Order: sequence, then structure tokens, then C-alpha cells
Amino acid sequence: MTTFVPGLTGTEPGPAADDVPRDIRSSPEPADRAFRLVARGSGAAVLAIMLLVGFFLTYRAWGALSVAGFSFLTTSAWEPDSHRFGIAAVITGTVLIGLVAISLALPLALGTALYISEYAPRRLKRFLVSLVDLMAAVPSVVYGLWGAFFLQGHVVGLSRWISTYFGWIPLFRVEGAEPDDPLASMTVYTSSTFIAGMVVALMVTPIACSVMREAFSQAPPGEREGAYALGATRWGMIRSVVLPFGLGGVIGGTMLGLGRALGETIAVYMIISPVFEIQPHILQNGAISVSSLIALRYGSASELGMSALMAAGLTLFVMTLIVNFIASSIVARSRSGAGAEA
Amino acid sequence: MTDLLKTPRTTMPTREEDAGPEVRRNTSPVTVEDRLAVAGALAGSVALTFVLFGWIAPFDSLLGFVVVAYLLFIGLYAVLISLDENRVAVRDRVTAVVWQSLAALLLAALGFVVIYALLRGHRALGHWNFYTQDMSSTGPLAPLTQGGVLHAMVGTLEQISISLAITVPLGLMCAVFLNEVPGGYARFVRTVVEAMTALPSIVAGLFIYATVILMIGVDKSGFAAGLALSVMMLPIIIRAADVVLRLVPGSLREASYALGSGQWRTVWTVVLPTSRSGLTTAVILGTARGIGETSPVLLTSGAAAGVNANALSGPQTSLPLATFQLVTQPQPNMITRGFGCAALLMFLVLLLFLLARVIGGRGPGELSRGRQHRRVLASRRDVERMERRPQRFPQPAAPSGTES
Repeated sequence: MTTFVPGLTGTEPGPAADDVPRDIRSSPEPADRAFRLVARGSGAAVLAIMLLVGFFLTYRAWGALSVAGFSFLTTSAWEPDSHRFGIAAVITGTVLIGLVAISLALPLALGTALYISEYAPRRLKRFLVSLVDLMAAVPSVVYGLWGAFFLQGHVVGLSRWISTYFGWIPLFRVEGAEPDDPLASMTVYTSSTFIAGMVVALMVTPIACSVMREAFSQAPPGEREGAYALGATRWGMIRSVVLPFGLGGVIGGTMLGLGRALGETIAVYMIISPVFEIQPHILQNGAISVSSLIALRYGSASELGMSALMAAGLTLFVMTLIVNFIASSIVARSRSGAGAEA
Repeated sequence: MTDLLKTPRTTMPTREEDAGPEVRRNTSPVTVEDRLAVAGALAGSVALTFVLFGWIAPFDSLLGFVVVAYLLFIGLYAVLISLDENRVAVRDRVTAVVWQSLAALLLAALGFVVIYALLRGHRALGHWNFYTQDMSSTGPLAPLTQGGVLHAMVGTLEQISISLAITVPLGLMCAVFLNEVPGGYARFVRTVVEAMTALPSIVAGLFIYATVILMIGVDKSGFAAGLALSVMMLPIIIRAADVVLRLVPGSLREASYALGSGQWRTVWTVVLPTSRSGLTTAVILGTARGIGETSPVLLTSGAAAGVNANALSGPQTSLPLATFQLVTQPQPNMITRGFGCAALLMFLVLLLFLLARVIGGRGPGELSRGRQHRRVLASRRDVERMERRPQRFPQPAAPSGTES
């Protein structure tokens, strides 16, 4: 018994030679054509806005960059009106704040993500996931308030302790501190890179944690159960299945957090007291970042000063763009399977 | 030979008839011993730290006490576990405790940040005038019964409305474009958008300041602030909406095409309704991010003390900016108002977030009970309509993705 195939049996009218491949190009109807046009147009509009940001910053920054030349990268003072300005100090400050923030945020985010995805009871889990997501949406000015009014006063003891016992490491040295004098003023420890970094760390931890938890929860259940079946403890399973699988998420989440930390303005601005010199001592009073420089100086800037601020903004923009680009490519590569793509 | 066969080679298990009813075994991973070990280690570490800080070294600070107690706790716990478990189990238990304490530390710190703002601001929130007055006629030393943040509330509302009016159509359309018109161009747009989600908010502010205010010559205004917020929120909304649209099952789309509808009809009647809750969530979360941004508003609108309902001219402050301005003043009442303003802002974000949870708590295609009911009714109507129709030829049902 053969199956009946229309067009192939001899009883069908018409010779088989006429059966040429049909034209399968679709000709969309006018509504669809309009839809595609509008869709492409909106894509182009978004693209234009995004590229315009970069283009305009470069365009406006050009004046300052051509005045300063190469010294823009090496000067640490910021006096545009006397043609002495550069980003050496602000970039160092930004990177230091970012590094302090990320080195505090990484263990916190990792621990919380592992707890939520591996240890928390099921009902608590959903609540905690929502809570962390909510914390990621808390305005940065709230974190700034906490840092400026609470942390500032309570963390100087820790700063003093670190600088007293670890002051031999250049990073933790505080100049002008007198640890042996109990009556010495503590103001030398306030408004430092360290405190700003701590606040920014709390701010970026929820985002990093959320990305990591997402990656951990995607670890294949078959391999998890396989590890248990081979007699692994829970930590053994995490170390051999969850962490290798989620490594991309951990790195990507950390980089995303770093990107947010580098660009943070208002929380940093509320805490630091600005200095325009390279300040490698993170515990010492005085710090600066690109974004707080812009917030500080945009109001009183001359033509050239504005251009110089644009150049600083451009630098920050390029920096966060690179960090974020690396982060998103790592996160994207770590995902197995393309999701629900049809 | 026969003897060998007669003697049984297997031993039968003897039944213990007097064993009584079988005792249910405890399959819980947490045993009483574990709990006792945690409690014992905790008590031991606190006691040891008291000895250390009280008798041997001077009591220095609470932080030092907690850190030393925690380290002692980990050590004691490891010792207690190692009394009746092997090294692998010890490592397992200790890491579990470490992760759990890190999570507890983070959640406590985050909770404290939020509660601190509420605590310091609650005195301002209690006065009704805080919501109905602005700061234009309030002196620096005025009591909390005068002045409020109405101007900031108006500003936030107008600025976020302006930016939503721009970002919602443009952002959703762009997300649809990324999913429905795939190709190299869409991939490029997606890459750029993803890279832009990390755009520092101050750069967005600076961009609008450079173009709209300095070049075009628009005043510093709420409109400019809305534009700056749009530039910042647009990539966030597009990215979130893109993820949601990607989750729409391909079979639904194909079913719609198979019924003969075009691309636009499919998007309008299948793709968008299916992912409606997710898209709403994307927009709301983007809004929550936009509402809390201070620096773009600082650059493009500036601070004002009075209500300025006209977004097109004159400075117009917003809730985060008002918070920032208030707490940088030296008077304690101003600082309390600032904290109150921050608390108000957090309530707003919480409200938006809860709204997003309620609407977007379900995946695409999962319906709430009301929508399910309405869909059943619609389908019943379709059946009736089709039965009334003269039976000339079998009519394919129209795609009934829409619901009334």
C-alpha cells in the first residue's frame, strides 16, 4: 500500500514536466510594508539618538582636547581657564572608587546570589528575588543620604584601624594621621574614596547579585542531580556544577556593577570632598570622580570649561561603554540555549 | 550429595516480631545536631569574645567585637562539626554558613539604608503641609509645619510623563523591530542598545545640556529634564521589552501566519497582547529607574523652590533633586525635609515596583482569572456566531487573539 501523493500519481491531470518550483518570495501587503517601515524607522531613531550622544560629546569636547592635546591625559589639575586641565586625577579617582566598590560588592553579591539560588527555602526565595530587584531600583540619592549622614560618622574608626595596622601598604597610608594621639581629629579619615566606594558598593550589589543569581539558577538540573548522585555534598555540587556554569554570570554581573559604579554621580558627590590631584590613599580625606567633577563644575564653566567637561564626560562614556560591552558579551556567551526563540 | 542439597545455602533474615510499629525516618537535611552545633558555636564565640575584649584587650568598637565574634564562630562551628563528621562535610557546612551570613549581611545593610531614610524623615511625613505646600515662602528656620515638597512632586510627575510619552512608543516599537524584523541591521541596533544601558546618567544630562540647552537655546526646564531622562531610560526599556518579546512562543506567531494574517496583524493581535504584562513591567521598571535619577535633572532643569507647573520654561525640580538640595543645607529641619522627600520617593518606587509585580508576575500567555473568563466568553460568542452562519463551506476561524 503506497501513500497517496497528489501530483505524483499518473491519474492526476497535467504532465509532471510543468511542475516548476514555485515562486516563494512573499509580497507583503501595504499594511505590512508600512509596519516594517515604521519599525525600521524607530530602530533608526533609537540608533541615531544613541550615536548622537557619542558624536555630540566628541564634537563639543574637541575644542578642549585640541587646546590641551596630549597633556589632557597626564595633567591632574582642573583649571580650564588657565589652560591647565586633564583627567589624570579624576580618572584615577573614578577607577579607585569603582575598584573599592567592586571588591566589596563581589563577595556580598556572590554570597547572596548563592544563598538565594541554592540554600533559601522555596517560599523565601521568591520574596528575596523580589527584594533584591527592588533594591536595585532604590534611587541612588537614598544611598547617598545613608552614606553621608550615617556611614561617614561610623566608619572612620574602621578607617583608622586599617591605616594604623596596614599603613605600610601605600594604598592604605594616611598622611597627617596620628594614630598614637587619642585626641587627634578624625577628619583626616572622612570624605574618602573608601567611604564613597562602600556606598557605591551597596548600590551596585543588587544588580550584580541579580545577574549572578540568574546565571546560577540556569545551571542544568541534570548535572546537579548527577553530582548529588555521585555523593557530592551541597558545597561539592555548587563547586563542581553551579560555579563553573555560572562563572560567566559572575564575571558579567561584576562588570555590569563596575559600569554602574564608574558612572555614579550623586551618591559620590554627597560624600567626597573634591581634590584635584592623584590621590592613591583611599582612606584619606579627599577624592574625586569624573561624574562628580561634572556635577561640581558645570554651573560655573566658561566656554572652554564646558568643552573640557564634555571631554571628561566623553572619557567616562567610553570607559563605561567598554566595561559594559565586555560584560554583556560575557553574560551572553555564558547562556546556554537560545531561550524560547522559535 | 543429597545432604548438600538439603542444607540451605542462603540464610533467611530473621524477622523481629517484637520490633513494634516502624518509626518514620527523618529525611530532613537539617538535623538536631546541626542546630545544636550552630547554637553552641554561637554561644561559645560570643562568650570568648567577651573574655577577649573584657579581660585581655580593651573594648574598642562594636564592629571589632562583631568581626572577632564572627571569626570565632566560624572556627568553633568547624571544630564542633569535625567531632562527628569528616572533612568534606565540615567544608560543606562551613561554606553554607559563610554564604548565608553574607546574604544576611547584605540584606540587613540594604534594609538599614531604606529604614534609615524613613526613620530620619518620618517627622516631616507626618505633617499634611508637606504634601500641599512648596518651599518658596518657607524660611530656613521655619518649623516642619510650614513648607513641603509639592513643587518636587509636580516636577517629577511632569518630567516622567514627558519621558514616558517619548520612551514608551519609541522603545516598544524598537523592541518589536528587534524581534520582528531580524537581520544584521537589527543585530547592530541591539548591540548598540545593550551597550547604552550602562550610559552614565550624568552623560545623558550632559548630552541634553550640550544639544538642547546650549545649541538649540531652550531654557533650562522640565522639558529638557524629561528629554535627558528619556535618553537614559530608552535603552533600559528597549532591553527589558526585547527580552519579554523574545519569550513569545514561536508557535503562536506561526499559527497566526498559517491562518493567513499578515505581519502587522500578527504583531498587533498576537505578539503584543501575549506579552502585554511583561511589556508593562518593562515600562514600569524603566520608570522606577528614571524617577530616582538626580544628576540629569540637576544639569538640565536646575532647582526651584516654588511650584512651576509649566514644564517648558523655568527651572523645575524633582523629588530626588529636592532631596539632594534639602540635605545639603545646614538647618536640621531642612535635612529632615530632605529625608522625608527621600522617603516619599522610595514609596513611589515601591508602589511602581509592586504594580509591576502584580501586572507582570506571570509569563507570556499566562492569563489572570478575569482575562481567562473574558477569553472564554469571547470564544463562546465566536462559536455562536459561526453556528448562525450558513454552512456553505467550512470557514476557518478568525484569529481570536484579541480580547474585549
